[in-house]
Amino acid sequence: MIRYVIRRLVQLVFVLIGVSVVVFLTMHVLPGDVAMLLLGDHGTTEQLESLRRQLGLDQPIHVQYLLFAEAALQGDFGISLRSHHPAFEDVWTALPVTIQLSVAALLVAVAVGVPLGVMAAVWPLSRFDNIVMTVSLFGASMPIFWLGLMMILVFGAFLNWLPIGGIMPIGVDAPRVTGMTIVDSIIAGRADLLALAVHHLILPACTLGTVSMALITRITRSEMLSMRSQDHVRTARAKGLSEPAVVLKHVLRNALIPVVTVIGLQLGLLLSGAVLTETIFSLPGVGRLMINAILDRDYPVVQAAAMLTAFVFVVVNLVVDVSYAYLDPRIRYR
Amino acid sequence: MSTLELAAARKSVWSRGTARLLRRPTATIGAAIVAVFLALTVLAPFIAPHDPYEQDFAASLEVPSAVHPFGTDQYGRDVLSRVMYGSRTALLSILVADGLALVLGCALGLIAGYYGRWIDSAVMRVVDVLLAFPYLLLALIIVAVLGPSLVNSMIAIGIVYTPQYARLIRGQVLSVKTTEFVLAAQAIGGHQLRIMLRHILPNSFTPLLVMATVHAGGVVVETAGLSFLGMGAQPPSPDWGSVLAEGQGYFLTAWWIATFPGLAIFAVVLGFNLLGDALRDHFDPRRRKE
Repeated sequence: MIRYVIRRLVQLVFVLIGVSVVVFLTMHVLPGDVAMLLLGDHGTTEQLESLRRQLGLDQPIHVQYLLFAEAALQGDFGISLRSHHPAFEDVWTALPVTIQLSVAALLVAVAVGVPLGVMAAVWPLSRFDNIVMTVSLFGASMPIFWLGLMMILVFGAFLNWLPIGGIMPIGVDAPRVTGMTIVDSIIAGRADLLALAVHHLILPACTLGTVSMALITRITRSEMLSMRSQDHVRTARAKGLSEPAVVLKHVLRNALIPVVTVIGLQLGLLLSGAVLTETIFSLPGVGRLMINAILDRDYPVVQAAAMLTAFVFVVVNLVVDVSYAYLDPRIRYR
Repeated sequence: MSTLELAAARKSVWSRGTARLLRRPTATIGAAIVAVFLALTVLAPFIAPHDPYEQDFAASLEVPSAVHPFGTDQYGRDVLSRVMYGSRTALLSILVADGLALVLGCALGLIAGYYGRWIDSAVMRVVDVLLAFPYLLLALIIVAVLGPSLVNSMIAIGIVYTPQYARLIRGQVLSVKTTEFVLAAQAIGGHQLRIMLRHILPNSFTPLLVMATVHAGGVVVETAGLSFLGMGAQPPSPDWGSVLAEGQGYFLTAWWIATFPGLAIFAVVLGFNLLGDALRDHFDPRRRKE
């Protein structure tokens, strides 16, 4: 197991180097360079040359990459052209919002998807199974930016049950420790703020979690069905175990191994979906920050957001792979 | 068996296969939705009730009615006509983005799988790096470099999907390249490119078809998503994502502007997902038994 983890960690380092090369190169195929963007239209040729020297842009490209990688390792991606703060700081401040949203969406997806998949597999081809499969097919085909608007229209505007944007009501002074409103409310011991934070998170989390929920439902049902015809399940039934005991102890436990992997791999989907969800619900997360940065040509922020998001994604994928190898020994001996 | 008889036999296998596929209700519904979508792309100029760009401020934000079944937007443009014309952008995105991914992915997968060794390692590490980005993030980075436009968003989505085709084809090549007909082609001195294109690639047609169909729905959603974010088609283009984004500002007072393009995206994605699922089940003997 330890050898497997070490091998995956070495691969991770190479992938991260590759990611940093891609992110670095984005700045070099752009028309103009960072010095021109920083100075704008007002800089003279001398000022431009001086800034280029200062930023190391007069160096050969491989030297520039090494300078970039060294700075990136220290969290230095330059200064945001819009906020004039360090770019990494802007992204770091926005990251908790995205993490909270993605985790909440994943919780919704798992809490609804797994039980639905299990029940559909327990009564295959029944009316319930057909309804679940149809709903999951619709969920998997749903453009989340449209679903978000529909949620706002129905639950926000018509029924007036839930807030339609933001992470807290305007004017509420919430303490900031981690940047995740729910965690911060718990730390502060403020039940009123916790209720507000949850209230604001329900619509975005349900919107973002829908596609993942549909996929988790389908994979849970499919794995449960294939597990039901296995020899060990037949043996358990032959021993005279009750059907709930067979389903819970022998079918579900084994079927959940690939489901856990699928759940872990939803992160890519959630991080991508978070960009759209944050835009629809006006959440100050990394996705929305990145969209604004692209539109404003604020490339230091684009680079910092891309690097940090890819880093989180790659590390979580590693954790998923390792946990899968832990659950299924065949993986680590392959 | 003569060439004519062989061709007839092959045709009959195909028609039997198609008939068996269409016996699945999901395939029939999926194929019907996709057929309507394709028909719309061709017939839009003939059946659209209005010019999708024609502004009529006297009729702005009109609720759905007999004259404007899907209502009008803030400029008085007919939403139904814009949705109909939007199908053309959606089809174009499938052709360009899915096509680009298919061509690039096949090329990379063929080269990696056929030549093996360090070439394989190098290509697959590039693929790993591309897969290390969440897909929309990678598309956004590419659009950030190329600049926001419909064509650039299609190129970005094409690049994002490329690694999946590359992995699929590489796997196929690895299993086919040691078969006797490939070894025989190599033994008689066949050109490597010819062996790859004439002997190896056709044997990967089925999984490619399934992947391309499943991805078609994803391409429509993601291209519309980029347009919705302002990174793809720009106003006044009747692209579904762009129309939806324009309607977002009026959503609480004029729900129809954003609702109908969203429904169109949903229907097309559903159609391709149904068809893709049915194709996958049809060509996979294990799934066929289930």
